[in-house]
Amino acid sequence: MHPNYDLPLYVPKITQEQIGLLERLCQACAVAGDESEVRQVILEQVKPYADEVKVDALGNVLVTRQGKSDHCPRVMMTAHMDEVGFMLVNEEEGGLYRFALVGGIDPRQLVGKPVLVGREHLPGVIGAKPIHLTDAEERKHTIPVDALRIDLGTEGSSKVKKGDWATFATRFAQIGPSLCAKALDDRLGVATLIELVKHAPANLDLLVAFTVQEEIGLRGARVAGYAFNPDLAIVVDSTPANDLPTRDGSENASYNTHLGAGPAIYLADRATFSDQRLVRHLVQAAETESIPYQFRQPGGGGTDAGAIHTQRAGIPSVSVSVPCRYIHTAAGIARLDDWNNTLRLLYAALLGFDASFINNPA
Amino acid sequence: MKSLIKTLVEIPGPSGSEHTICEKIRDEVAAYVDSLRVDALGNLIALKGEKKAGGLRLMLSAHMDEIGIMVTHVDENGFVRFITIGGVSPRTCLGGRVLFMNGVQGVIGCEKLEDINSQPAIDQFFIDVGAHNRQDCKVKIGDVAGFERSFLDLGNRLVAKSMDNRVSVAILVEMLRQLEHTPHQIYAVFSTQEEVGLRGAISAAYGIDPDLGLAVDVTAVGDTPKGIKMEVSLGNGPAIKVRDSSFISDPRLVRWMVAVAETNGIPYQLEVLERGGTDGKSIQLARAGVPTAGLSIPCRYIHSPSEMVDYNDVQGAVRLLLALVSEPIVLE
Amino acid sequence: MIDPLPFLKSLIPVPGISGFENPICKSVSDAWRPLVDELSISRLGSLHGLCSGTGSQPRHRLMFAAHMDTIGLMVTGMVDGLLRVTAIGGIDPRVLPGQSVTVHARQDLPAVVVQPPVGLLPPDYKSSPVAIEYLWVDTGLLSTQVTELVKIGDPISFAQPAVELTGETLCAPYLDNRASLAALTICLDELHGRTHPWDVWAVASVQEEIGVRGAYTSTFQLHPDIAVAIDVTFARNPGSNDWGTFPLGKGVTLGWGANIHPALFKKFKEIANLVEIPFEVEVMPYYSGTDGEGMQVTAEGIPTMVVCIPLRYMHTPVEVVSLKDIRRAGRLMAEFACQLEPDFIEKIIWDE
Repeated sequence: MHPNYDLPLYVPKITQEQIGLLERLCQACAVAGDESEVRQVILEQVKPYADEVKVDALGNVLVTRQGKSDHCPRVMMTAHMDEVGFMLVNEEEGGLYRFALVGGIDPRQLVGKPVLVGREHLPGVIGAKPIHLTDAEERKHTIPVDALRIDLGTEGSSKVKKGDWATFATRFAQIGPSLCAKALDDRLGVATLIELVKHAPANLDLLVAFTVQEEIGLRGARVAGYAFNPDLAIVVDSTPANDLPTRDGSENASYNTHLGAGPAIYLADRATFSDQRLVRHLVQAAETESIPYQFRQPGGGGTDAGAIHTQRAGIPSVSVSVPCRYIHTAAGIARLDDWNNTLRLLYAALLGFDASFINNPA
Repeated sequence: MKSLIKTLVEIPGPSGSEHTICEKIRDEVAAYVDSLRVDALGNLIALKGEKKAGGLRLMLSAHMDEIGIMVTHVDENGFVRFITIGGVSPRTCLGGRVLFMNGVQGVIGCEKLEDINSQPAIDQFFIDVGAHNRQDCKVKIGDVAGFERSFLDLGNRLVAKSMDNRVSVAILVEMLRQLEHTPHQIYAVFSTQEEVGLRGAISAAYGIDPDLGLAVDVTAVGDTPKGIKMEVSLGNGPAIKVRDSSFISDPRLVRWMVAVAETNGIPYQLEVLERGGTDGKSIQLARAGVPTAGLSIPCRYIHSPSEMVDYNDVQGAVRLLLALVSEPIVLE
Repeated sequence: MIDPLPFLKSLIPVPGISGFENPICKSVSDAWRPLVDELSISRLGSLHGLCSGTGSQPRHRLMFAAHMDTIGLMVTGMVDGLLRVTAIGGIDPRVLPGQSVTVHARQDLPAVVVQPPVGLLPPDYKSSPVAIEYLWVDTGLLSTQVTELVKIGDPISFAQPAVELTGETLCAPYLDNRASLAALTICLDELHGRTHPWDVWAVASVQEEIGVRGAYTSTFQLHPDIAVAIDVTFARNPGSNDWGTFPLGKGVTLGWGANIHPALFKKFKEIANLVEIPFEVEVMPYYSGTDGEGMQVTAEGIPTMVVCIPLRYMHTPVEVVSLKDIRRAGRLMAEFACQLEPDFIEKIIWDE
């Protein structure tokens, strides 16, 4: 039963409602391996709209919205629920916990940061030696993770235990044209796909996977791709915008993406060569609808597409990301416009898939 | 066969951009196979033969992609920055020439190095296509190029860029041309994206679900001055792969290949490659597992623009491959 | 209950290097044949044994995987009768000089790994560890004999005999992962005399040490509803006393982290407490480094658990394990299998 097929045409747009949902998602703590908080929000949001919802063996949320006809193109879209974070690995005296990094975090981003631990979001901090007690030689070296501890106060051990997960504690904020939060990678993608589930077009079977464990090896996407076995896949992620000024005023040739230049279409990263037809399809949709877009610089990084495209007998795939500065740190910054245009681009692309696209691989 | 090799090596086709080489191979084999198809990842899959009594479904894989570069940025003065596709060493870039898929040619230059004794990193290189500025540069972000060097026929020794793996492609093509009788159902797969992670073969193998797999690729040699220590040499025959860094051949298949080589009087070598992987891993891991081995062509200077093979080894490989697939396969 | 000590002592001398598991496969087959209903070999050489359950069809499948392959060396060249070698699996070259090994050539040849005299090594190696490419294996045979008997690609295994140490501990090469095979065999022996609703597949997997290859392919073939990997983990030993190591002889470990399904962890914990098997939680922030990594992400995904037996000096010829921990692991697995309700899978809800 598809409530919105005969309603007026949906115009994709990010409003305060979607921003509010994004805030909930970013405030949730869901480190790779423990995605439950985000999973709960997603399930609550999609259940009223989905034809089928399933949580699989790894915790992926697999949502189906069927198209009008029996032989629609089967289009898979994914966004990963997990964020980079920490796991408490050993309890020491005085409420101090040794921890391990989960996902790629530069150790230089850790020092002196507040964190949230466990399902109850207990506050803790990653402290640092006072400067007075260090010497110049020592300050030349990055403090290794081994030497850092999460401190929950003197009675921390009564509330948490080894094996609990922790995240940065940054609070979501909308600042002018920007959004500042932890885990914009990939709660932006999650929020976008929730919106698309709610307004799935009738011309295709929309198979949405909210995946787990992307940050530690694209593990959720691998099995989701196998399970859905779609005709094609579009991955929605967030990618660094390294478009800061260079030291010497020369041209920045390694910007990856530019903030404000629109959704970033991937040509190639370390894990995937985008299917060229899908790239052309996205470009065409953008140009037809006058949606700004950019190409993410080839090389480096990977998205869930890396695990999906080699599944079964091969699944043509492409990734589209919202540019975000300072990914994998306590506070990332993204532009509302870029997010809005990403949603618009994806929706326009979905509308353009028909049986002939699938049956005539050019 | 030399002219076939020459034709194949000179076609640009780095990982992800195999369409041109795919078309060429199609033309070369169409008349000799029962069917041809291209799968979702661009693998060209040729089918020849039917499974008869004592026959198996075989998958032979020779990757058709080569290493190359992809444009990441064109600066305001028209210089082109790039990343590598596959294992490209910065050492082979200095003074190199590239040929883009759209026909544009260029040379590789390098920034001034702070320490001339150190090795530059890839992001210190750039390509000069002769443009004056960004606007008149005929390449853009995402464009792909292969290295350019012409084919050299030195008699017994042949030199070109992308002997890895076009020489194996030629061997498979030649095998398909010469194969008359077989009890097996043979899938000859010209796979994609091997150089970036053995990717094409993963889905090709899943789709085919073979009983037995054979990866045909080049392998390194130990016969150059102060080189790696390896018992494979140019000119001593095709190599039967015991292992490489990506997989260990099924020992039963190795014994079978050795037996067939000896029965047919084909000189061969045993290969242990400590650094270098092949499609064999992807085939071996398909579905419930596939007994897999490798047939390799000894090659000097791999991943440089001047890779060298021995023509007798190449012909020996064709003979061995034909002998392997023409008869029922008995494994102990 | 099967006594793990004679079982292990019989397995230790049997080679089974990754990719060449045939000999160990035969030994384990012989041990499992009387204990299972069906025995078969996968296309890559893993051993699959089925203990049929008593539940009504379609019956759910539980898979226990203990890898039977081991690390080792491989011949890459021969010079003047001496063998050049490379490692199969993760070997710290520092443990090699002076080790007794067996070269599995046309016949098994006893040999020694030797470090060349200083004068024959590059200048850097006067006192620092010698890389494997400069070590040799000496069989004591003449060059002509070596060329006759040995060929490129022949596998080489450690030849230390098993030694019983105090406190019911055993020292031998290849307790990674023969200790788990012993535990799994104990489990099968237990199950043989009891009923259990689920089908239980015992898998002695191949090629774990070089990328959990057997785990991926056997899981695909058997398609279990629950997959449990049984492997060894790091016991506390000199030089490593940190959070990732566990006491020897004080119990098994239950894995916790991304590779683990929380409902399985919970169930194993309940069972361990019920039958009073001591355990510690082994936190695995990302990977488990076991067959569990492959099992979890095969096909459409399998709920996975990892149980480990603490082991000292992993990947050396003198690994040490506690026989008590092996028995504990075997009993725990059997108990888990017997207590698995027919509808356990259907009842798994994420995020309770």
